[in-house]
Amino acid sequence: MIPLSWYLIVAAGLFSIGLFGVLARKNAIAIFMGIELMLNAVMINLLAFWRYHNPGQITGPVFVVIVFAAAAGEIAVGLAIVISAYRRNATVVADEINELKG
Amino acid sequence: MTWMQIVFIVTAAVTLGSAVRVVSSGKMLHAALWLVAALFGVAILFAMLEAGFFAVVQVLVYIGAIAILVIFAVMLTRHVMEDTGPQVIQSWWLAAILAAMVFAGLVVLIISAGFKAQLPPIQDSQTMIVALGQALVMPDGYLLPFEVASVMLLAALVGSIYIAYQKR
Repeated sequence: MIPLSWYLIVAAGLFSIGLFGVLARKNAIAIFMGIELMLNAVMINLLAFWRYHNPGQITGPVFVVIVFAAAAGEIAVGLAIVISAYRRNATVVADEINELKG
Repeated sequence: MTWMQIVFIVTAAVTLGSAVRVVSSGKMLHAALWLVAALFGVAILFAMLEAGFFAVVQVLVYIGAIAILVIFAVMLTRHVMEDTGPQVIQSWWLAAILAAMVFAGLVVLIISAGFKAQLPPIQDSQTMIVALGQALVMPDGYLLPFEVASVMLLAALVGSIYIAYQKR
């Protein structure tokens, strides 16, 4: 049997790797990949707690469905912004996209 | 050590290794393909948690839609960073230290919380899907979050078309 903490530690590792990607990568699309990794870590946590603590309740899976919807919306809008900024500035480096800077 | 634990350790190692390649790979297309591998590992973890439905949804939505969208975006913006030169910021070690600190803090928290080790028996997995489907359409269940999520997806669709639309 797999202890619950194993799942949580794997999810923590995935979250930290995604956090590093978000903080350190230059390419805006790579930053989105980091965000996807972090969202996946959250979903592992939700499903692990659902399975180990109250599999009779439906709350955990419903949250996972909402996270899926949020991730789909986020990546669609985010990549549209990246492509729009790329057309305008011919760059995807997050540092160089600073049109909105005051 | 049971065979389930061995499968778990192998899956976790593949998932985390692919995730490390996602954030460290120099070529963006390679990073996107490693992302597919990491997402597939997460789908296997979902299946091991007896949430087969979410394993299928993970493959459909994440690998089938989101990863392909990312690959499209990578290909549309190629030859920008030329896949050469540093892909990470100069002070990447600061980010690495922060991520390592977050990981260490989370592990300490998880171990000190001392979660119970027993695994409650689950009814057959059909009941979860039936209950999930009913909860998403019942007014005293999760009808409102479900509808809000669908409106949000519609808004995201319209918004992304508007943002990416090129006026000629």
